[in-house]
Amino acid sequence: MDARIANTYRLGVKELWGLWRDPVMLVLVVFFFTVSVYTSATAMPDILNKAPIAIVDEDRSPLSERIVSAFYPPQFLPSSLDSLAGIDAGLDAGEYTFALVIPTGFQRDVLAGRQPAIQLNVDATRMSQAFSGSGYAQQIILGEVAGFVARQRATAAPGVDLALRARFNPTLDHRWFGSVMAIINNVTMLSILLTGAALIREREHGTIEHLLVMPVTPMQIMLSKVWSMGLVVLVAATFSLFFVVQGLLDVRIEGSIALFLGIAALHLFATTSMGIFMATMTRTMPQFAMLLILVLLPLQMLSGASTPRESMPVFVQQFMLAAPTTHFVAAAQAILYRGAGLPYVWPQVLWLAAIGTAFFALSLRRFNRTLGQMA
Amino acid sequence: MSSSTPSVAARLDAVTHHYGKTLALAEVTLVVPAGRTLGLIGPDGVGKSTLLSLVAGARAVQQGRVEALGGDMADRRHREGVCARIAYMPQGLGKNLYPTLSVDENLQFFGQLFGHDAAERERRIDELTRSTGLHAFRQRPAGKLSGGMKQKLGLCCALIHDPDLLILDEPTTGVDPLARSQFWDLIARIRAERVGMSVIVATAYMDEAQRFDSLVAMDAGRILATGTPDALLARTRTTHLEAAFVALLPPQKRAGHRTLVIPPLPATPGAADIAIEARDLTMRFGDFVAVDHVSFRIRRGEIFGFLGSNGCGKTTTMKMLTGLLPASAGRAWLFGHEVNPKDIATRRRVGYMSQAFSLYGELTVAQNLELHARLFGVPASEVTERAAHMAARFGLTESMDRLPDALPLGLRQRLSLAVAMVHEPELLILDEPTSGVDPVARDHFWELLATLSRRDGVTIFVSTHFMNEAERCDRISLMHAGRVLVSDSPAAIVRKRAARDLEEAFIAYLVDAGARGDVPDRPVATEAAHATTVPPTPDARHRHVFSLARAWSYSVREALELRRDPVRATLALVGSLILMFIMGFGINMDVQDLTFAVLDLDQTAQSRDYALNLGGSRTFVERPALASEAELDRRMRSGELSLALVIPPGFARDVARGHGVAIGAYIDGAMPSRAETIAGYVQGMHQAWLAERARATGGTGSGGPAVIETRFHYNPAVESLPAMVPAVIPILLLMFPAMLTALAVVREKELGSILNLYVTPVTRSEFLFGKQLPYVGLALLNFLAMALMAVTVFEVPMKGSFAALFVAAVLYTVCATGIGLLASTFTRSQVAALFSTMIGTMIPAVQFSGMIDPVSSLEGAGAFIGRIYPASHFLTISRGVFSKGLGFDDLIASFLPLALAVPVILATAVLLLRKQET
Repeated sequence: MDARIANTYRLGVKELWGLWRDPVMLVLVVFFFTVSVYTSATAMPDILNKAPIAIVDEDRSPLSERIVSAFYPPQFLPSSLDSLAGIDAGLDAGEYTFALVIPTGFQRDVLAGRQPAIQLNVDATRMSQAFSGSGYAQQIILGEVAGFVARQRATAAPGVDLALRARFNPTLDHRWFGSVMAIINNVTMLSILLTGAALIREREHGTIEHLLVMPVTPMQIMLSKVWSMGLVVLVAATFSLFFVVQGLLDVRIEGSIALFLGIAALHLFATTSMGIFMATMTRTMPQFAMLLILVLLPLQMLSGASTPRESMPVFVQQFMLAAPTTHFVAAAQAILYRGAGLPYVWPQVLWLAAIGTAFFALSLRRFNRTLGQMA
Repeated sequence: MSSSTPSVAARLDAVTHHYGKTLALAEVTLVVPAGRTLGLIGPDGVGKSTLLSLVAGARAVQQGRVEALGGDMADRRHREGVCARIAYMPQGLGKNLYPTLSVDENLQFFGQLFGHDAAERERRIDELTRSTGLHAFRQRPAGKLSGGMKQKLGLCCALIHDPDLLILDEPTTGVDPLARSQFWDLIARIRAERVGMSVIVATAYMDEAQRFDSLVAMDAGRILATGTPDALLARTRTTHLEAAFVALLPPQKRAGHRTLVIPPLPATPGAADIAIEARDLTMRFGDFVAVDHVSFRIRRGEIFGFLGSNGCGKTTTMKMLTGLLPASAGRAWLFGHEVNPKDIATRRRVGYMSQAFSLYGELTVAQNLELHARLFGVPASEVTERAAHMAARFGLTESMDRLPDALPLGLRQRLSLAVAMVHEPELLILDEPTSGVDPVARDHFWELLATLSRRDGVTIFVSTHFMNEAERCDRISLMHAGRVLVSDSPAAIVRKRAARDLEEAFIAYLVDAGARGDVPDRPVATEAAHATTVPPTPDARHRHVFSLARAWSYSVREALELRRDPVRATLALVGSLILMFIMGFGINMDVQDLTFAVLDLDQTAQSRDYALNLGGSRTFVERPALASEAELDRRMRSGELSLALVIPPGFARDVARGHGVAIGAYIDGAMPSRAETIAGYVQGMHQAWLAERARATGGTGSGGPAVIETRFHYNPAVESLPAMVPAVIPILLLMFPAMLTALAVVREKELGSILNLYVTPVTRSEFLFGKQLPYVGLALLNFLAMALMAVTVFEVPMKGSFAALFVAAVLYTVCATGIGLLASTFTRSQVAALFSTMIGTMIPAVQFSGMIDPVSSLEGAGAFIGRIYPASHFLTISRGVFSKGLGFDDLIASFLPLALAVPVILATAVLLLRKQET
């Protein structure tokens, strides 16, 4: 075996031992790829989860009672109000997201074909609930009214239907999305954290000095941390994908897991390099942790993993093209959700390879330059 | 509480102390006489520091009784009463100082803690700095002082309040001999002025212990002997305290110890056999010259010593020789090859042992040996054998499977040497290899060095600040301030100066070199008159009411430190702004520019009309039409299309005839929340198309039996930003201030300056509130910046009362920083503080504070947390003011719980903070 490769291998094995004997980091790795994945999958609420709705029923007719009884948990959390007066205060204080007013004579007017109006007030500061919740409430009300009317007189006009189908995730199950995105985010976070911590640990313990007087080059030192910590994250992610996502959460994965892992490895090349780079900029673990917070949050939140990229301002979209997470997320979504293969994701592969090479080169340059100050 | 027993300064009775399972003190009984100097001698880890911190009241007594200045130190009231009369200088250069603060700022801080007014502080600081020679350096940051000056500053800080009991823990370790003798002269002068002041000193230098009135020799948590230095020498029939100490050790510890004799270096035939040569080696860091034109030649097989204080350039010189640091100027040769950091081959001929123990704590002894052997290219077949051989030679065979951290210091030092020797180098560079090791282990270590040099012909280049080690070298260089003062054999150096011993000779050279910069400007004697007029320290009874001055001194200091720490300052100033910017754009729920394509299997005017209806909206962007199902599948899979419509054949015909017909709409379900929104839009469009068509044809079935009037309040356009921004502010205003405040306290724990809380009259509440204040100020600044950003960058209007929001923000930031203080009371490391605060604030703030789900819809523990957590109430106020146009009167129900949370959080933090180390 070539001595350079042998050294890189041995130093990497040493990193693995170091991680193995660091209980805090081990617990973090295990936690983030099991509990955290599980909870982010299951805790992600359905959009309508016990949305508080206040109902003022001024009609008190069989129809209005039918409507009132159609709002129930888990989607809605109804509370009945006697008068209109409480509505504004309740909405102001954020007690209710919705307030429904059924006017006097509603049933009478419906039966007379006078098209009476029901008022639905929505607190639009609660974005997520407001939009889909109001649509859902409308469906419920109109459905109840239609059902009531249908019993009274049987008329049905055939119309043009819209057959809505969600592809790739037919039931729009949030666990799907949440679990895989949690893995993606954790891959990024842990790879930066582990690699950075591995270098800072050497620095804090003074062992970097030892390495530097030995016949090993900075390139070998850096590569050894990149491969070993990258491998740990990759193995943990694989485990999580098979046992937590597919096993525990029973999520069906469309595409090729091998392709996903290959792309994850490319991504890890970029993020572990970032970890080294950031570790050279900080002297201690606390400083590194603070820098991590500032770097990681934009990396994750603007990658398209939590909200669609096309909703972001154009300059943010373009800036984020330089971030590996953007391409990793895009490729992961294509492969894992839509079952896309290499013919679809090759642009991401190229991007990731380019970004990874650039990051590695930059980090190596900085690592070389700062080594003298570390010892 | 008065010093009614002047003959005794402190008394320990059967004191036992454990750290976990480690025994630090075992049944120690000791009387410290008043008005005298008592020295504790012994190597590292024998319990000296523990004993001193117990007497100082910095550490809680576990077992036994500790009295100081006439009272029980386990009694809180006594401790609070006497702490102003005790001065404690912990171990470590400048341990209780603040490195980024200048000499002056450090002294001002301590003066304020002891309640001196500005004029009094200035007078004392002036006196103290003049008498210690620090006057010229008053503006220099403490971190940039030399070791000796740091210790003098530490002493000034300790003496600023005229203590009756001065406790010094290894005050001169690592300080050059001149500075050391100056330090002791200073103490002697102070004692002459303040008759009756007692001093307890711990030291690892046996030679300086000769000066003290009485000595206590300690080993393994026990007292070996007490008595005057002369009595100890007489008792052991030795001439040196070091030898006396060895003689006092229990027999099994002395086993195998013998007086070390190193045979003289045989004269080599040719003078050409030079292992190391340095010519004018120079190292500059900025405008600081660490090593200044150092030259020397070391023969093969020679033991060459570098003697000097901490920071005199020994380590830097060694690093240049190993190639760790590129020299700024000058050249050096190892075995005739010029030193070149890129020259891997020379590295194989050198073994290096750095100052602190720096092997891999996570690898076992065997793994450490094997790793180093492999990296140095020992053939794979020989690695195990070599490791075993080294272990046998250095007495490590029984420890092969243990982790280095579990080994005693002496054994670890031998492991370091074994690792440095594993590739059988011809040259060993050892940087202070025996610091803190007990005399027996040290002699054993030197025996190994002697064998290596004399038998194996290994050249040894060693640095030390112990005189007796220097005496063992063949030749030494005395170093000071980056320069070599003299190089010769120890005996020759002593002869040249006609000195009594090496120390005296060294001091003579130091004086010649002009190392007088920090000697007193004027004699202290003239101050004796002032000193006696100094009023006695303030009455103990007044000292423990909350003092604004002391709290303020902590605030000022915290603000100064924060300003000088770029990473924390950045995080504090712009961290939340950066995040607000990101979250404003990142958590954008608006759906726009959705791509869609149509698979029109009908191709009639009617079907095209349907597609046009969709393409005409701002939300949707039409892409080239689809030709087949396969293309639909492919383009959706690639993520190009978010929506695909399939209009079936015969669509127009069936519609016209009134037959039921279904249009297929395929949505990309990869991102479920987005898919739901898309579905909503598509349904809306479909309904609109139906209504339009009904109106156009005037047919039946149009218009349902009832109408729903939906009114979107506060945010009629249902846009993300106006909804998100007021909710993001409370979260950011919680996370960063809490994190930074937690760090502020835990940092002091990590760096050791928390001792100032333990041993000065500052109370817990003064400490916490003082530290909190700058962060509340910063958080409010952040709040104003975020509010401004919301209104300008994000264009979210503020409809309600800004005054109400501001008052709420004040209350809220006090809560947020209070939560940080609370977190700091139970975390020990900064990293733990950082992560626990982040998790502890983010989870309740995001999940239970009504950001996503209203608090009213929560159940169980979540509902309880949501009802009491300050973030819930501030969120309601923020949304109320920004979006709902509310003011004080409308939001009173949220103000009350917020105001109530302030005292609850702060009181809990104060109660949980400890005023002593356990």
